[in-house]
Formats: sequence, structure tokens, C-alpha cells
Amino acid sequence: MGSNMAEAHPIAFGYVVKAKEQGTKVIHIDPHYSRTSALANLYVPIRAGSDIVFLGAIINYLLTNKAYFEEYVMNYTNIAALIREDFKDTEELDGLFSGFDEQTGTYADQSSWDYQRDEQGTILTDPTLQNPHCVYQIMRRHFARYTPEMVEQVCGVSRDVWMQVVQTLIENSGRERTGVVCYAVGWTQHSKGVQMIRSAAIMQLLLGNIGRPGGGIMALRGHASIQGSTDVPTLYDLLGGYMPQPSALLPQQTLADYIATAGEKTGWWSHFPAYIISLLKAWYGDAAQPENDYGYNWIPKIIGDHSHLMTTYAMLDGKVKGYFLFGQNPAAGSTDARLQRKALEQLDWMVVLDLYEVESASFWYKGTEPVDPTKIKTEVFLLPAAASTEKEGSFTNTQRMLQWRDKAVDPPGDARSDLWFVYHLGKRLKALYADSTDPKDRPIQALTWDYERAEPEPGSRITDEPDIHLVLKEENGYYLRSSDDPQRTYTLRDAPHVSGFPALKDDGSTACGSWIYSGVYPEPGNNRAASRDPQGYTFQNWGFAWPANRRILYNRASADPQGRPWSERKKYVWWDEEQKKWTGFDVPDFPVTKPPDYRPPAGARGMDAIGGSDPFIMKPDGKGWLFAPKGLKDGPLPTHYESAESPVHNLLYHQQSNPVAKYNRGRPHNQLAPVGDEHYPILATTYRLTEHHVSGPMTRWLPWLNALQPAMFAELSPELAAERGIKNGGWLVISTPRGEIEARALVTRRMRPLNVAGRTVHQIGLPFHWGFQGKSTGGITNDLAHMVLEPNVSIEEAKAFTCNVRPGRLHEGA
Amino acid sequence: MQKQIIPLKPIERVWSQAMQIGITTQPFSAESREKAPRIRDAKVVKSVCPYCAVGCGLNVYVKDGKVIDIEGNPDSPINHGALCPKGSATFQYTVNPSRMTQVLYRAPYSDHWEVKSLDWAMEQIAQRVKKTRDETFVERLEDGRTVNHTLGIASLGGATLDVEENYLMKKLFSGGLGVVSIENQARI
Repeated sequence: MGSNMAEAHPIAFGYVVKAKEQGTKVIHIDPHYSRTSALANLYVPIRAGSDIVFLGAIINYLLTNKAYFEEYVMNYTNIAALIREDFKDTEELDGLFSGFDEQTGTYADQSSWDYQRDEQGTILTDPTLQNPHCVYQIMRRHFARYTPEMVEQVCGVSRDVWMQVVQTLIENSGRERTGVVCYAVGWTQHSKGVQMIRSAAIMQLLLGNIGRPGGGIMALRGHASIQGSTDVPTLYDLLGGYMPQPSALLPQQTLADYIATAGEKTGWWSHFPAYIISLLKAWYGDAAQPENDYGYNWIPKIIGDHSHLMTTYAMLDGKVKGYFLFGQNPAAGSTDARLQRKALEQLDWMVVLDLYEVESASFWYKGTEPVDPTKIKTEVFLLPAAASTEKEGSFTNTQRMLQWRDKAVDPPGDARSDLWFVYHLGKRLKALYADSTDPKDRPIQALTWDYERAEPEPGSRITDEPDIHLVLKEENGYYLRSSDDPQRTYTLRDAPHVSGFPALKDDGSTACGSWIYSGVYPEPGNNRAASRDPQGYTFQNWGFAWPANRRILYNRASADPQGRPWSERKKYVWWDEEQKKWTGFDVPDFPVTKPPDYRPPAGARGMDAIGGSDPFIMKPDGKGWLFAPKGLKDGPLPTHYESAESPVHNLLYHQQSNPVAKYNRGRPHNQLAPVGDEHYPILATTYRLTEHHVSGPMTRWLPWLNALQPAMFAELSPELAAERGIKNGGWLVISTPRGEIEARALVTRRMRPLNVAGRTVHQIGLPFHWGFQGKSTGGITNDLAHMVLEPNVSIEEAKAFTCNVRPGRLHEGA
Repeated sequence: MQKQIIPLKPIERVWSQAMQIGITTQPFSAESREKAPRIRDAKVVKSVCPYCAVGCGLNVYVKDGKVIDIEGNPDSPINHGALCPKGSATFQYTVNPSRMTQVLYRAPYSDHWEVKSLDWAMEQIAQRVKKTRDETFVERLEDGRTVNHTLGIASLGGATLDVEENYLMKKLFSGGLGVVSIENQARI
């Protein structure tokens, strides 16, 4: 669901086809019929944005009919936990949970979602599942209105087809069998995207499909190192390894307060102090000392939502003066791209690094409308960048696996790696700030920044490329002091490597830039990202999968509570009674000597609080969370809301759309079509084609790919085409309250009108790869989308918005 | 599994010898006989596809300091040598006459690009960063809370950046300069 794997991830889909040949049942649920649908056993057309109803009804069925994997669910999830008595569900508050603050439009007080605990902090449970406050009973009530009738009414899917999906899932659940869910941005780009994925997580926990071979939820990520950019984050709200960026909105003014609010007292995150102090030591070296909180206050604090799209508004307001674009193209690739281009005009200066002159570099003289450069102040530096073959480094793929690329040739002319750019910019800035006595300049002065090569790279004309292996070593971690002789201290260059994150300390004796990557470079000469031995069942020596080279996360759950494989067929990681340790085909994701029958004493702290049959060690209670007692901004359970723009009213609650989404109401150029607006009656969804990549900077300059996929088009059903007089191959104009674009019409049965809430809803499909630069140009689909953002992650709703279509061109005589 | 060698029967041996005649006296020209794949003497460099996140292995063939071909790496357990249309086009993505090789600069309100040296651009950019940071840096909010940040500079990266590049970006911009809005395609 939410993925067209055959066309967006074709090589990975080869394994799905192979599995199908061996008997696996493949189900594709998507608004748009694609090659994935063609190769599936069952294709289910669904209305874009209605997924929580479809999945919620499955969850309801599993609970009502006790069709879940009982032994797994009772032992490994929080199904029996008691939630506080003041918790109120959407059933009681007509689509809202307790804690909603009307003024701010947020769940300002989430305390009622928490567990009930005794005086020692132990979570109260009811293993009989009878207590009305236990998770099971809350879920029974919450999902009761998610029925097959609702699936028909809201999703436009008949109950018979839905039932086939349910039966297939149940047949593939239990000791002997598993099922897997694959999704992509077809789920993330919704105003309730996180809760769609949560629905899948709940379903997979109930079916016993997490932590087992052939199970899981596969996020099919779309870019070579998009996982790496999330892990070693270039994201405003995270530090390396999923530690939060400190916030001025929380009590995080000191390191101790930050650890108290961001870490955990129990579970694996109890190691938080070692990870953050090692990061501070990696960044600030000797300047980071216990007396100054290891330089904690030099790390900038956030004061709100500084995500990419909210920063666009800050640009429009003139608050952002300078902008760096590293191989990114918001002028065509980001939602409401017209607004993005306007925002770039408000900057004082911007720096663009890319291989080609992309839309975001040329917005000052070119666009979808005529542009007058003499009215645009922005100063633009456009620097040529090195291609992936012209530098070495690692990509982290969608399986969390780092793979190293060797360098083939030098980049042409003045093109340089982004690593070169950042390193030399840092060197120049350190020189400019070297003599400052202003305390605000201390962090740049204290920042450790020595990645100079010992010797120039043989055969290269670029003599000042930084030593990337020193950067990798810093990510991996190293010792700052010798454990034998505390007087012996080291620098990045001469330090012994740490072997993995268990070696990291909270006393300032270790440095590590990204704890989850620790172990990738455990000793000199052993870069495990560059391991290329393709042997073995789980390919342990091909690349390095964080954390600790584990290929399946939470794999303790692949064994039963006693530590035995659930079945011979699904054997993966198990407890070896003779050797008294966990073993198997993968690196166990569990303390290796903790026996399955270990029960934590009352009041236990750290990993001691995690029992021997609690596989979910990153959670403070070691359980898989069916009900999320904290961590989400829009509720502890998934709830169906209509998309911000929808042709129909919400049939489940009076609450029409996500109450805590970021609507950016009152912002110019963010008009939304009202519910059921007859001017915009059609639902649009967007997707990727095999032959192009995002807004095209990496593909629309390539004649080979342009020959295969030459022009922007829109897919629409024969019924809709007939209604509007649109001819296959002819032109059409797509309009939303934000803008209009033109495209070629592809009239096809791949798009089907659906019967939703007693009326026909048409859907159209739009690829989003075109712009006004490159060798193939065309309408910018992102000009149509709006700026309503998901509340947890601030991602746009590009997968379901309303529009209208008419035959013809955008401009007469074109 | 080792292939078993089965001894040939006499009649097969004769047949096989008859076939050999054709092999030793082929009617091919010297040019045809000397033909070899152009990648035969090329250096093979191991790489990874720059497009989606599946992570297909690539063999990059280099001859005389130039990339002459890029194919799937048959050793990779991910793709076993296969590539999709985009992956197959990696060669044209990297070896392409439309690629930029010089620094271009556009002055405020100007209607044209100017070619500049890399060194000039790096110095100008460093100066702009310092000026903007110094003008917009906030150490404390009005109520006294420490923030030590600037909202005057922002960064947005693509997801074809290497892990190591992301690491240095975050370290310099966040840890060194106090920039808050450091973002990536990962949010999109």
C-alpha cells in the first residue's frame, strides 16, 4: 500500500515476483493501477487518503474475532497494559482524544495517554484483558466503527474484496507464516501520514509479523542515501542517531535537563548520556568539559517548526537571508513550487551546488511565467558538483545498509564533492572567526575540524580533498583517553577506534558523531561499509547495516517467549540453552546473555528493566506499542480524517480533517478547496515514473531517459475523459486553487472512478518530474499542491488533493 | 556445485573432433579475431547507484582516466548485475555535455551569469555566511532562555549526498554556526 514498487523500486520488486512464483500472495492496494498491480495476485483500487479506514477495519476484525497471533501479542505487545482512567478516546469526544487545546490546535496535554503505574513505577496490566482501561478494550471500542460497510462507503472498496485481503493476512500469520507490508511516500505524503504507517504497525504486531524473517514494514525509501540523511541527519529536529535537537520550548537549558527529558530511564535509550556526551566530544574536542556541560549550550536550540516548508514561509517573510541548496531543487521539487520560487526571490544570497543548472538556480531569469531579473535582488552562487562516481563515500540504502563507493575519476573542471565544499567553507570560517573574543563565536572556534589528508590522493589533480576516512572514523567513534593510562590522550588522527556503541562512555573518554553507525569502522583498514563478500543467508559481510550490522530489527521476536524459534521454517535468532546465549543467522538484537526467563526486579533501571521476553528494547517497557502512550502529536491510536481537501465529508466523525495538522491558514497562496467543492470535484494523486527521478535534475538532462519518457502527462479514466471531452494524447489543463498546469492526456483504465458515499469520485494521476530547465520540459505538478503539513513530521499532502480538469492548453495559441 | 566431467563416448569424440575443424580454421578476418569488448582492459571501480534507495551495485569501467561504461555489479546480492532504466543511465548522468564545470555568479538585479573562480566564490560565500550570522545571531530570547542560534541562514540538501557529507554539514552548520533550519529531501 502507498507504493508502486515495480516502477519506483524495480530491482527490489524482482524479489517480490520471485516470491510470488514460489507461492507468496501479493496484494496491491493503490488508487492507480500500475505494473505492481499487474504483477500482483490481487489489485484493490482505493480512494486516495482513505487507508486508515481500510486498515482500521482489519484491526477491528482481528480483535473482534480473536484472529490475532495470541502468544506473540500477549507477550510482546502492550495489549494488556492499563491506560490512565482520565484518557478519553475519539469515541467519547467525536474524533478528538483527551488533551486537545482549542487555542493552539495541538494536544498540549498528553499526560492522560500514559500508562497506569504503581508506586515503584511498574506498569499495571490486566492479562485477562477485561479491565475497561486496558489497551485491548480501548482498541475494541476505538476501532468498532471501522467496519466493512465503512470500507465500502469511505474507501470505495467492496467488502468481498476487502475480506479477501483479511483472509490472506490471517492465513499468513502465526508460528509458521508471516506477511510483510511495503509502503513509500504514498503513505508519508498525507496530513495523517504517520498514523497510516502506525495502522500498519498495529496490524503487523497483531499478526506477529515484526522482528521475524518475511515480516516487517518496509519503508521503501526513494533516494540513494535518504536513509543516511535521516540517520546522520540534515534535519532540523534531530542530532545524530535519533537524539532530538535541543529545544527552548522544553526544559532543556542544561545538559542534565536535556538528558532527563530526551533520554529514558529504562530500555536501551538509558544509554542516552553516553551517546550525547560522545557526540559533544566529537564536535568540540578538548573544549567540551564537564564544567561547561561538554559545550551543550553551543548547540543551537529550536523554537518551533523550522522544517523545510515552514522555512519557506520564513523566507517569504524576509527572515531568512542566506540559503544553501546541496543538490536539491525546491523551485520544482517542493510542494507549492510557485511559492518556493517566490521565496527564493526574497533571499539576499543563495548557494547552489549541482551537476546541472536546475530550476532553483535559474529562477531569477526563467520560470513558468515571464520573469524580470532587474526586480530580483537575490545574489546566486552556482557551483558545479562532483557526481557519485567522482568521489568516495557511503550511501545508506533503504535496508539501513551502508555501502561504500570507490572513486572512479576526478570531477570535471571546478566541480568538487560536497564534502570538499563543506570542509573548505568550515576552514575559511574558522579563519575568519579565529581572533574573535565574542562568546557567540566560541562554538565555531571550538569545533574540531581537522580532516586534512596526510598525503594527496595518488593520481588526482585535486590536492586538497579532505580525508573522508577521518570523517567515517568520527562517525564510528574513537577513544580520547587510554583506559590503561588515563594520562595518555588521543586526537581523531591517532586515536584507537571504538569497536561499536557498547564501548561509548558518558565520562568524556570517547567521541562518536553518530552512535547508531558505531561499528562501521571498528579498526584501521576495516571499513565495513566497503565489505563486499556476497556469501551467506543474511549477507553479513556485504555492507554494514546499522545498528551493529543487524539485518532485521527487534529479531528477538523471531523466537517464542521461551527463546525457541517459532517454527523450523521461520527460524532466525534463538536462545542457545547450552551456551547460554542468543545466536542465529543474524546479529541478535538483544543483550546476548540475557536468558528468556529473566524477569526484572521491581524498580529496575536501564536494560535491567527489560525482561528476557521483551524484544522491543528501544521502548522503555520493551513492548511493541499497539497503543502509543507518548511520542505522537496526533493521538495514541490512528483515526480516520479526510484529507485537507476532500470531495466528501468524514463519515466516521464530525471532525473533518486532522485536528492538529499544520494548515497554514491565512497564509497567502495557500487556499484550499472547500469539502465537496463543485469547482474542484476530482481527487488528484501524484507518483514517480521508472525513467525519471524527483523533479528531474538527475534525469531530464539525459537523452536516453527523455527518449523513454518524453513528456508530462496526466492519467485519467475513460469515463472522466468522456465527461470533459478530453482526448487520449490531447492536451488538458489541471487546476487547483493554487495554480494551473498543462499536460498530455493519457486516457486509461488504470484510473477508475470509485463509488464513495453514494456518489462517483473521479481520480487522476500525475507524475511530478517536470520543470522548465533541462532537455525535456513540462508542467510542474508541485505548483498544484498545497501547504497543509502532517503534524509529527511536517510533510506535505501531495498524495491526495482536489482539482479540476478541462481540455486544451494553458495559454491560447500555445 | 562442481560440474561433473563425463567422459565422451567414441562416436561423440569423432563428432567433437569434426567440429574442431571449424574452430581452428574459422573464416574470420584478423580484425574480427582481434575484436574484444571495450571494457576488457578497463579498470573496474565498485560503486552504488545514485538514484533510488535499493542500493544496486555498479561496476564503473575506467580507461585512460575516463569513465567509459557503467553496468550493474553481478556480485551484489541486491541486484546481481541487473539495473532499472535509471540505473542503466548512470553513465549518461555522469558523462554529459550539459554538466557544469565552472562557477557561475549572478549579482543582485543582474540579468546574466558571470564565470568566476572557485577560490573567489569560496571566499565570497564565507564572507556572506559570517556577515549574515553576525547580524542575525540570537544568544538568548527576551525571557532569558539560551538559544544560541541563527534563523537567518537555512540549508536544504538532496538525498544523493554521502553520509559523510551530511555529517560534516550538520556539524559545521549546527554545531559550529548555530544554523537551525538544516533540512533534507528526507523531509519530503
